[in-house]
Amino acid sequence: MRYVISRLWSLCLVFVVSSFVVFSGMYLVPGSPENFLVQGRTVSPEVLASIRVQYSLDDPFLTRYWNWLTSAVQGDFGRSLTTRQDVSNLLAARLPTTLFLTLYAGVLVVVFGIGLGVIAGTREGVFEKIVVFGSNLGFAVPTFFAALLLMAVFGGALGWFPVTGSGSGFGGRLFHLTLPAVALSLPSLAVVARITRTSVREESGSDHVLMAVARGVPRRLVLWRHTVRNSLLPVTTVIGTHLAALLASAFVIEYAFTLDGIGALLVDAVHRQDFAVVQAIALILVVAFGLINLAVDLLYAVIDPRIRLGKAA
Amino acid sequence: MLTIDNLELSITDPDTGRVSEILRGNSLTLAAGEALGLVGESGSGKSMTLQCVLGIEPPGSSVGGRIELEGRDLRALRGEELRRTRAEDLALIAQNPHSVLNPVLPVGKYLMEGMSEARSMPKARARLRSSELLRSVGIEESERVLRSYPHQLSGGMLQRVVIAGAISAQPKLLLADEPTTALDVTTQAEVAAILDEKRREAEMSMIFVSHDLDLAAAVCDRLAVMRYGELVEIGTPEEIRDAPQHEYTRELMNARPKLHPEEA
Repeated sequence: MRYVISRLWSLCLVFVVSSFVVFSGMYLVPGSPENFLVQGRTVSPEVLASIRVQYSLDDPFLTRYWNWLTSAVQGDFGRSLTTRQDVSNLLAARLPTTLFLTLYAGVLVVVFGIGLGVIAGTREGVFEKIVVFGSNLGFAVPTFFAALLLMAVFGGALGWFPVTGSGSGFGGRLFHLTLPAVALSLPSLAVVARITRTSVREESGSDHVLMAVARGVPRRLVLWRHTVRNSLLPVTTVIGTHLAALLASAFVIEYAFTLDGIGALLVDAVHRQDFAVVQAIALILVVAFGLINLAVDLLYAVIDPRIRLGKAA
Repeated sequence: MLTIDNLELSITDPDTGRVSEILRGNSLTLAAGEALGLVGESGSGKSMTLQCVLGIEPPGSSVGGRIELEGRDLRALRGEELRRTRAEDLALIAQNPHSVLNPVLPVGKYLMEGMSEARSMPKARARLRSSELLRSVGIEESERVLRSYPHQLSGGMLQRVVIAGAISAQPKLLLADEPTTALDVTTQAEVAAILDEKRREAEMSMIFVSHDLDLAAAVCDRLAVMRYGELVEIGTPEEIRDAPQHEYTRELMNARPKLHPEEA
């Protein structure tokens, strides 16, 4: 329990520091917000002044940060500087696609990454070589190129899957997002498969596994309870960081498959220098990274009693 | 009971292809209920002999000769038959108990697994037996220990758990590979005494690997001295102490630390 509290505490600290960076980062961009609002038109100083008042741009920096943060915590990210819509409404419309895509890819990474890694780690021969080769390939091919390739083969030539749009309903989404999710998952899947394989190999040579064999423990148990289970400890950490990174790479994929997710929104917002939207998305990313890492740490503590119970004898 | 006949072991390094001879044609026999001490310096092939008996020698090994347990050729066993023999007739007690138990499973699981999953004892009975076994090796708080994880227990405590697991099957042959070397000096004596007592109680045979001549002499009926993969001398502790035949045995005797140098 103390472990959970200390992890939560440090997560809060991370959120405060990174939200400050996100907020202040926008002011390092050349040009001031009010100049973007008038979009290059020449306006009288009075108009500029009224804009500054409307957006509270004359408040001290820390006051603006505080106001922004407190309303952001309540789900209010202010208004888009260009479309005048509530940022939270914009996000709410886009978030499901991105989340679905990321989770879908995450499931693929976990299931196929670990699955292939375990198989490659426990048997020698052709299959192992294929997995090693495939994982090199998967890691080396950039996501957007994989996306194009998948679109050309499964969307174009074979015509099995749609290449645009995100579908509606659970089944529709699943169908529409299959190719994007596969493209998105490939690099991480490759890394996870590879690390799982190495880890399983290493674990199967460890003393306690050898001893389990010497004690006459059935093979199936030696494999799953002693080898695979223990070898997943390092894999968990890797999966955690990769799941968080999936969210960021999802933006590239959304663009390639013209999906209406957060990524496309971010790209547009950056183009139009829509401060409020960019800040909100950046903050959401930070929170997502933090939460995923927290989940991984807690999961790790569940799997490994040495973390949960401390090192004391 | 156990016959080792002309046991040879060589290991090929998979990277360099270099072959190193580890055991050079050793033979020995062990009577039922007898304890044999295998002594010699590190790398003389003591532990490897035990690994050959269990069939867990490292990858790249090639083994020659015969090992028979009550007339059965251990090296010829395969699959389920080999597994059951390891589970029921043999038991290994290794040097470092912290690397023997799976670090992420509780101690109780280790004992339960040996009894119910390896030897098909009903779970409820294995559960009861686990606490009994722990108490019999001098662990009073058996319930707490069963729930503990390996890293929460001391080496001495954990080695008792391993001994409890080893005797749980009433195996025909105990293979003890420097069972006290990794422990601190005070627990060494206790653990050695428990092992000795349990073995005599159940009349199990034992091969006791040690580099400590005095300890081996105290718990064994006969001693076998090994050097560079060869068995150079075998005899009762008295014979070895009073009239060592081989030059190396004499060196080994003289290398012992002495409490009163003038007595030597």
